Amino acid sequence: MEETKAMDFQLTAEQEMLRKMMHEFTENEVRPIAAETDRTCEYPRENIEKLFRYGVMGMCVPKEYGGAGADDLSAAIAIEELSKVCASTGDIVATHNGLCCGPILTNGTEEQKQKYLRMLTEGRKVGAFCLTEPNAGSDASKGCTTARLEGDHYVLNGSKIFITNGYVADVLVVFAMTDQSKGTKGISAFIVESSFPGFSVGRHEEKMGLHGSPTAEIVFTDCIVPRENLLGVEGKGFNIAMQTLDGGRIGIAAQALGIAEGAMHEAEEYTKGRVQFGKPISKFQNTQFVFADMYMGVQAGQLLTYKAAAVKASGARFSKEAACAKLFCSELAMKTTTKAVQMFGGYGYTRDYPIERMMRDAKITEIYEGTSEVQRIVISANMGL
Amino acid sequence: MKIIVCVKQVPDTSGKVAVNPDGTLNRASMQTIINPDDLNAVEAALKMKDETGCKVTVVTMGPPPAAGMLRELMAMGADDGVLVSGREFGGSDTYATSQILAAAVKRIGVEKDDIVMCGRQAIDGDTAQVGPQIAEKLGLPQVTYVAEMHKTGDTITCKRMLEDGYMTIKVKTPCLLTCIKELNTPRYMSVSGIFEAASKPMDTFDYNTLKDDPLIDPTTIGLKGSPTNILTSFTPPQKGAGMMLEGDDKATCDKLAGILADKHII
Repeated sequence: MEETKAMDFQLTAEQEMLRKMMHEFTENEVRPIAAETDRTCEYPRENIEKLFRYGVMGMCVPKEYGGAGADDLSAAIAIEELSKVCASTGDIVATHNGLCCGPILTNGTEEQKQKYLRMLTEGRKVGAFCLTEPNAGSDASKGCTTARLEGDHYVLNGSKIFITNGYVADVLVVFAMTDQSKGTKGISAFIVESSFPGFSVGRHEEKMGLHGSPTAEIVFTDCIVPRENLLGVEGKGFNIAMQTLDGGRIGIAAQALGIAEGAMHEAEEYTKGRVQFGKPISKFQNTQFVFADMYMGVQAGQLLTYKAAAVKASGARFSKEAACAKLFCSELAMKTTTKAVQMFGGYGYTRDYPIERMMRDAKITEIYEGTSEVQRIVISANMGL
Repeated sequence: MKIIVCVKQVPDTSGKVAVNPDGTLNRASMQTIINPDDLNAVEAALKMKDETGCKVTVVTMGPPPAAGMLRELMAMGADDGVLVSGREFGGSDTYATSQILAAAVKRIGVEKDDIVMCGRQAIDGDTAQVGPQIAEKLGLPQVTYVAEMHKTGDTITCKRMLEDGYMTIKVKTPCLLTCIKELNTPRYMSVSGIFEAASKPMDTFDYNTLKDDPLIDPTTIGLKGSPTNILTSFTPPQKGAGMMLEGDDKATCDKLAGILADKHII
């Protein structure tokens, strides 16, 4: 009889160890400051320093460029664990790893990788990704930032908005038009250092949530970028952006999944202790049914996210899987946190509990790195419709 | 120079403690953790490795799954590990355990510059006996309850924490130190450590590996070689409320003396 082979849902020993390590780190270092980080809108600098020291920042960068050579699923697990307690910290790490180290690793020359990936790992420099502009959100072809080649350097002019890690980043992957007449085929990608002449940080955004994640406008005024900092080839920037966002979406799926898991956990603890009508509210079937749906959602979200990471790691195309995971988990995060706030009743609406923060943090996952509507476009387009 | 750290996998007593009907600990149903004091010993060793580049070897006696704990310690930075495991070793008390661990440490080899480190005590037995017994069996000088340590040349200056104060002791290598939580804050595993751990060397010492050592004898190891016998274990009954007598007159003193005499205390 032919032997049938079951699907393998087991994490590797390394992935299990990484989850344990990230759980311990999150409980000891992140949880104690998560509420304060939200209240003060302060970038959690010390914890990001520690995440560099322990190799979480830039964890997928191969050893020869200063990283730990971790796999994509491990990277997702790290973001998930951080986001269970502090989605801002998860966001900072996801952006650094997926949106800055990612495109340099995939598209960089050997010299670029040696220089910049080392800076983004051993050098403890924070990374960012600059694509969005005031008139170019979901439609990246309408970007107005330009890059003009002058001898041995490009001159960049324009501004980018909603840039995660914006005012703390040292290395930024920036998209600019080298030929505006060609639409998306006129976009090129560059590696820009915040110390380059003509680089400046504009307005710091005041956001609904993710208060610890530093979001800012980045302004280029005759910014001088050496020619060797062109990432990939001229005119291929749009491809790099889309490919990077595919990978980044796994990070956001993991972040949203973590928020949902964190909210479910907080609600479990609260409802077990909250007594109304003579018994803990967790004992009411109405509450239990909500938890059953939350749990089922988390299980499904985890499978979609881990599958997307596994497909990416295999080298196969993963746009559809990443979009499915991001779309499902971001909607799950919103649903789960909203229901959790309801379970907390009036207390859930106050800052005495973390649940209102989780609800505010969850909303952005349906918007950034491609809105839910864009994810539906990606999924249906990949279905060949 | 190398540092050999003895570690133990213990049940996590911060969660629910499961007890068998006969009163013994139901280890199988409980999560396991690395004994907390042992993590302080590992951290002290890794700090010395950061400063001097010395080698750190972690050793544990336990069932085969304890190898997972050694991999975690390697992910923190230990260079290699030794799992001491065999049916013959099962049921060992502190005396028998120290016989076996001493033989294992001897096999790894303790040279002039080397240090053996242990946690003060394990949270499951709380005896604090194994570290000192290993030192005695290896003929090594020992310092227990180390809360601070500084190494200069072949001399380690240790601050030893006692119930009523500190004691500062200088000891020459090779020696054995037992560590307490005040010594340091253990580091986490690192991502690169996690991905390197599986490729680091791990040895298993079974009965056959150690049997030629004079310390290893069927009468000195395992359940048969353990002089400690647990007759019974139980949850102590809750104490009743105390009684407070007030007053400094003779009548109160007589009353107190009467109560103590009734209880045969005086």
